[in-house]
Order: sequence, then C-alpha cells, then structure tokens
Amino acid sequence: MDSISIEGTPKTPTVSLDAGTGIVEIKGRSIPENSIEFYRPIVEWLEDYSSGPQKLTTVNIQLEYFNTSSSKCILDVFKKLEGIKKARNEVVINWYYEEDDEDMLEAGEDYESIIRIPFKMIEIVD
Amino acid sequence: MSFNIEELFKEMKTGEVLLAYKGSITAELITNVLGVVETKLNHVIDKSSTKKKIYNILVESLQNLYHHVDDLPDSTNSMDVHFGIFVIAKDGEEYNIRTGNFIKNDKIKKLKERFEKIKSLSKEELKELYKFVLNNQMFSDKGGGGLGLIDIARRTDGRVDYIFNEYDSNYSFFRMNVTI
Repeated sequence: MDSISIEGTPKTPTVSLDAGTGIVEIKGRSIPENSIEFYRPIVEWLEDYSSGPQKLTTVNIQLEYFNTSSSKCILDVFKKLEGIKKARNEVVINWYYEEDDEDMLEAGEDYESIIRIPFKMIEIVD
Repeated sequence: MSFNIEELFKEMKTGEVLLAYKGSITAELITNVLGVVETKLNHVIDKSSTKKKIYNILVESLQNLYHHVDDLPDSTNSMDVHFGIFVIAKDGEEYNIRTGNFIKNDKIKKLKERFEKIKSLSKEELKELYKFVLNNQMFSDKGGGGLGLIDIARRTDGRVDYIFNEYDSNYSFFRMNVTI
C-alpha cells in the first residue's frame, strides 16, 4: 500500500505514514478551523493499513499545539491504532512534549486513559 | 440603557492592550492574528509554557468566536458581516483574552447553563468532563459539544467570565473574558 507524506503548514502538522516500516508520525501544530477534512485521509489510511499491519507499528506524536477541533480527530487516529493492537500486533506510541508543557503531557495522559495502549511520555529538553 | 457597540468595545479595551479588533471575523483574519500575536508573545514573554498557554487559549477563543457569531438580520445596521470583537490585554502579571459577538436571545439560557456548570467544576471534574465529551459526543465541523470552553476552563482553572448585553428583542451581544 502507498505511504502518505503531508508537509506541515502553520495550521496543520507534518504527517508521515509508512506502511513499509510501520512508522506513523504526526508532528508540528494542528489548529485548523475544520480538522475533520484534514484527518480524513489519515484515518482512512490507518483503516487500510490495519488489514495488514507490520508486526510492530511505531507512532510518534510530537505536537506543539492542537485545538479541540483536532482533538477528536486525533482520538480517531488512536482508536484505529487500538484496533491494530487488539488484533495482536505490537503498537508503541511515543508522546513527545516540551519541557514544562504540562498541558501537553496531560493531554497525552487523557488519550492514554481513553484508549487501551500505554504511552511512552518523552520530554523534549532544549 | 441603549445599546452602544463603541461603548462595549471601549470597556473591553482596559489594561495594556496588545491587540484589539472590531469587524468581520474570517478564517484568514484569525490565521493572520495568530501569526502576529505569536511573534509578539515571543518578544514579551520568556516562559515557554506561559506563551503556549496563552496561544492555545487564543486559538480556542478565536475559533469559538468564528464558529458562533450570529449575524444581525437587518441590513440597515452598520455592522460588518460576521461581526465580532476581540481584545488581548495585559493587566499586571495577567493576560486577558476578550471576545464579543452577537447571539440570538433564544440561545442565551443554554449558554449560561453551560458556563455555570463548567465554572462550578473542580480541575479533576473538568478533566473527566473533557474526556467524556471527547470520547462520547458527536462532533460537527463547528467543533465538539462545547469542548473548546471546557478546554479553556481547564487551562485557566475556571477563570472564564461572560456577560450579555441586550441589543433588541431577538439579539444580544455576548462577551467572554478569559484570564491567564
């Protein structure tokens, strides 16, 4: 299946979805007015990928900002990953947050408590 | 008391005003404002986490404003289409983000109830409510079941105030003040 690579903008993140390596990355900011449109191809790609995933899927989420419009879409991404894990594949989620950004750490903990995959919380120190 | 938008705008511009706007609220405007404010915050605030908090709340406040402006029906009024106001001001060590927009009077009751509920919740209760709405409520392109307001309240420990000023029998002007 195809890989997806989306260049970041001031309002949308850089996205890289690689079926060959099983690496999923979302980095940057996610603050569009309407997020559903932006995340649709990502969620659809994960749906396709879940029919034949790598043994190990590594997910790197490194967001500087995200708005509440994006938060539901990001949860949809995690729910797809939860499905992959439920089908007995390994899924590792790395949640990056900047030093002192407690809100972002807490946002990761919120997601972690909703989906049943443990997160690795990784603090980025300048 | 008669309705005077200039008076309300003036009231909103208290403190050391970093930015004040009155007019059409468009997606392009919000994008530009966020860019300008980010640069400005980089100059005036050192602490990265404070900057982020303000920026995050500004994004939610402006996008809330963008999605929830009601237009006055009569074309005879002097207001711009999709009219709204926002002000970013510094008062001592605190920052205030203020927004204002017209709203249909029949929406006031529900909005007041939502504010009062959110303001009455503890930090932990807000966290649970946020997660519940995130996980259970249907979302539209306009956002998600008041998640923006819950998010703002969480980030500010509930320091969100509001006031309604009656415009006529059908519309009021709704103002929100968030303190960081």
